Amino acid sequence: MELTLAIAIGVLTGSGVWLVLRPRTYQLVIGLSLLSYAVNLFIFSMGRLRVGAAPVLGADGVANPADYADPVPQALVLTAIVIGFATTALLLVVLLVSRGLTGSDHVDGRESR
Amino acid sequence: MDWERHLLIAPILLPLLAGAALLLIDELRHTLKALVNLASTLALLVVAAALLRMADGADAGGGSVSLSYAVADWPAPFAIVLVLDRLSALMQAVTSILALAALVFSLARWHLAGPHFHSLFQFLLMGLGGAFLTGDLFNLFVFFEVTLAASYGLLLHGSGSFRVRSGLHYISINLAASLLFLIGVSLIYGVTGTLNMADLAQRIPEVPADQRMLLQAGAGVLGVAFLVKAGMWPLGFWLTPAYMAAAAPVGAIFVILTKVGIYVLLRLTVLLFGSLSGELAGFGSMALLWGGMATLAFATSGVLASQAMGRLAGYSVLISSGTLLAAVGIGDAAVVSGALFYLVSSTFATAALFLLIELVERAREPGADLLAVTMEAYGDEREETEEPEDEEVGVVLPGALAVLGFCFGCIALLLAGLPPLSGFIAKFAMLTGMLNTAGLGSTQTVPASTWLLAALLILSGLAALVAMLRTGIRTFWAPLETVVPRVLVMEVAPILTLLALCLAMAAGGGALIRYTDAAAHALHDPARYIEAVLGSGNPEGSSR
Repeated sequence: MELTLAIAIGVLTGSGVWLVLRPRTYQLVIGLSLLSYAVNLFIFSMGRLRVGAAPVLGADGVANPADYADPVPQALVLTAIVIGFATTALLLVVLLVSRGLTGSDHVDGRESR
Repeated sequence: MDWERHLLIAPILLPLLAGAALLLIDELRHTLKALVNLASTLALLVVAAALLRMADGADAGGGSVSLSYAVADWPAPFAIVLVLDRLSALMQAVTSILALAALVFSLARWHLAGPHFHSLFQFLLMGLGGAFLTGDLFNLFVFFEVTLAASYGLLLHGSGSFRVRSGLHYISINLAASLLFLIGVSLIYGVTGTLNMADLAQRIPEVPADQRMLLQAGAGVLGVAFLVKAGMWPLGFWLTPAYMAAAAPVGAIFVILTKVGIYVLLRLTVLLFGSLSGELAGFGSMALLWGGMATLAFATSGVLASQAMGRLAGYSVLISSGTLLAAVGIGDAAVVSGALFYLVSSTFATAALFLLIELVERAREPGADLLAVTMEAYGDEREETEEPEDEEVGVVLPGALAVLGFCFGCIALLLAGLPPLSGFIAKFAMLTGMLNTAGLGSTQTVPASTWLLAALLILSGLAALVAMLRTGIRTFWAPLETVVPRVLVMEVAPILTLLALCLAMAAGGGALIRYTDAAAHALHDPARYIEAVLGSGNPEGSSR
């Protein structure tokens, strides 16, 4: 499971970085989204990978904290997803405005010569 | 007193509520919106003054050096905690003064150039207040994002092709930096299992040797994220175009944004990798020192090469960043104290320059009013119909060119660090801290890097002076047909206030130096910070 997750994060980051370095605004947005997926998975993995462990304690108290998954990274991931979603939406708007104003989807507003 | 502790959350709640309320008010009711914004910013200034007094008096009676406020009264390492010490109170005060100046300036005309200016302005203040007061790394991320989201909107305020293009770059770079921030935070959490800064400072010395590399990687990645925001070379290429493109009041308030990165770096390096952290002490300070010097060298040549005044102002921000980063890198309490003084002085001076540029440019290009053009590009008919009648409101300043020239001269003195204004005292304090740590007549050797930094610091002042003189001569003396710009009193008043504050800082420099000294010494004593945060975690001593 560790290997699968590591490869997934690596592939997402690699594709994301490559896309961010491309000149089209659309590629930039997709690249940043892929990067943020990779980062979200990475944060999640920082709580250690567990299968079948609940992150929330039951009402009857804690028998053994080691039986539970760490809830903090999961909360962090939620916050990061929300913030990433909002900022990406904002970037999309700016991208459309830029396309409308300059008539080009190049990140510099004009084709490089 | 009990209620006083609740003031700690006011810099976050007040702008949040004001900003949210402003969203509900119709865009057409400009005056009401402006009044709400002004009232909230004024209240924030009062709160900041109270916080400053609280922070300064906190250890007078032998109490702790910082005050902590547990939001919702959950004990410290587990919940959201706000921490007030001299440094955060100072940053909060600088922010509120700057905000008030920028706001008054914008009320002359800029606030009409697009929707939601006032809400975004308040949200920016909320993010800044939160970033300065938070005692938790993840909340820092959240407040950073709030600040940045508001800054994206403000940068685009007034629209126009240049703004949108630089806005696109600014947003993309900051989004990428935020991802680095998250990677750093999660790595640190993965190693230490906590995100509370005080708790981190306690746990970092106990990190086993085989995990230390992961921790260093996390701290390094986190540092890069802040360095991008502080504009360190080679991560700061985005800064100049973005600041040039911003509307004048927005540019002025953005000056404090680079200082947030520096604030966090200062706080984290002394707290996490300071005297308590054993083998990890001093991690990253060399990178900050040399990076700061590289920034200083880059910005110095940038200032000399600048043709447009906006670019000159952008590079002045970078000079200020570079100086501060290098001072944080040296890390000595005396240098940090001088650097804090310099931070206040240079923030006011650069912000005043950003405000002044727009007024001076009006003299250069009569008729081609920037605002009118961008309004057209923006294409909001409601705003356009509103604009002409508001144009005539306000008292026109007599002898505009003389006043503008005077302000320009003062800013040149401040940026170059010449007496009699505060820029001189700031640089003098830093140089004394660097070269004369043990007092006169001591035989202590000063490292070569410090000599280099001192030389760069003085050279950057010379470059700023040369560049400002050249621009000033070209703007105020060279033109054959002088066009007297139409400048409102309301627009010059904030600039004059900022400069008067710099003069006051020079005249009453002793008081401020005493404050920054105390702030720097408190920073270098992380044990007291930890005790203030974690010690108040018990139910009795908490901030109910």
